[in-house]
Amino acid sequence: MSFINLREKIVQVKVVYYGPGRGGKTSNLEYINRKFSKQIQSEMVSLKTHGDRTLFFDFLPFDMGKIKGYELKIQLYTVPGQVKYNATRKLVLKGVDGLVFVADAQEAMREKNIRSLNQLHENLKGYKESIFKIPLVMQYNKVDLRNQGIPVLPTAVLEKDLNSKLKVPSFEASALTGYNVPETLKKIISSTVVSVQKKLL
Amino acid sequence: MNYGVVSQEQLEKIDEILSEQLIKIGVDCVIIIDMAGNIITAKDNGTSKYDVYSFAALAAGNFATVDAMAKLVGEQEFSLLFHKGTDCNIHFSKIDEELLLITMFGKHISLGFLRLNVVKALEQIRKLWAGK
Ligand SMILES: Nc1nc2c(ncn2[C@@H]2O[C@H](COP(=O)(O)OP(=O)(O)OP(=O)(O)O)[C@@H](O)[C@H]2O)c(=O)[nH]1
Ligand SMILES: [Mg+2]
Repeated sequence: MSFINLREKIVQVKVVYYGPGRGGKTSNLEYINRKFSKQIQSEMVSLKTHGDRTLFFDFLPFDMGKIKGYELKIQLYTVPGQVKYNATRKLVLKGVDGLVFVADAQEAMREKNIRSLNQLHENLKGYKESIFKIPLVMQYNKVDLRNQGIPVLPTAVLEKDLNSKLKVPSFEASALTGYNVPETLKKIISSTVVSVQKKLL
Repeated sequence: MNYGVVSQEQLEKIDEILSEQLIKIGVDCVIIIDMAGNIITAKDNGTSKYDVYSFAALAAGNFATVDAMAKLVGEQEFSLLFHKGTDCNIHFSKIDEELLLITMFGKHISLGFLRLNVVKALEQIRKLWAGK
């Protein structure tokens, strides 16, 4: 749930990066943190294990500047992708306004992507939200691995697996090189802002 | 749910309550957040410098975690959530299903005195909310 402060003219919007473990959610935020340092006024918060896996969430507040006189603050979060952390994933989804689903494009991850997306669908229902209604962008991450001879699913297959019913905007990406990371972010921000405007103003 | 927009007038009244009940007795900083980690309002004594946005995200997570643990052991909720440090203490209280009041205060205020004032502030805020 976004929050609008009419006195200070600040709009806060919550965007969550969701997806299977090791898919590259944290790497997306790390890239954004490095590349857009001007728009980030505080440290990225990462609650993680010693092995650098997300334990609770990453948090990165991203300042969009003024839109129609309102200061727009996009609060970026990631969930922990490991299967055992679903209770925590649900907590992070509380009040979500927009979602990026970070799929791992490696062939070996095909099942895990589908299972994670199905669980997102269930988790949203728990908050009376619908995966078909909430602003959502698909990201097929790690496509850079193609150049290393690692089997990566063709985008058409990923689209069929994950996006045939949802039909949301999608991007091939590499959170490692940054390819399409800003594009994913821009897309989810614009869809989310439009939906928040419709809901609240 | 309409709590997503709070009017200027309501915010000013809430700020007044926070100043009167909490800042005045020597609390360093008071923040109202929602359970999603958004900041509704933040007031401080003019000297404390916290990164309130990160703080709100962590506080919402912390509260949600403790709440989920309470449910797991069959409690409705743990009514007192309090972190004690050497120089700074943090006290959490639930305003309603969606909002949290978080108070940061130093060693010169006792927990009992703080809680008394928090309860008064909560009553007034709830009344204001109910009357909107
Ligand atoms: N080759 C390649 N590796 C990537 C890419 N994105 C992430 N990785 C690597 O994949 C591993 C996991 O990345 P994370 O960003 O930690 O994944 P995560 O989704 O946050 O994982 P959890 O926190 O466990 O859910 C790390 O070793 C990254 O360096 C990518 O686009 N290409
Ligand atoms: Mg992670």
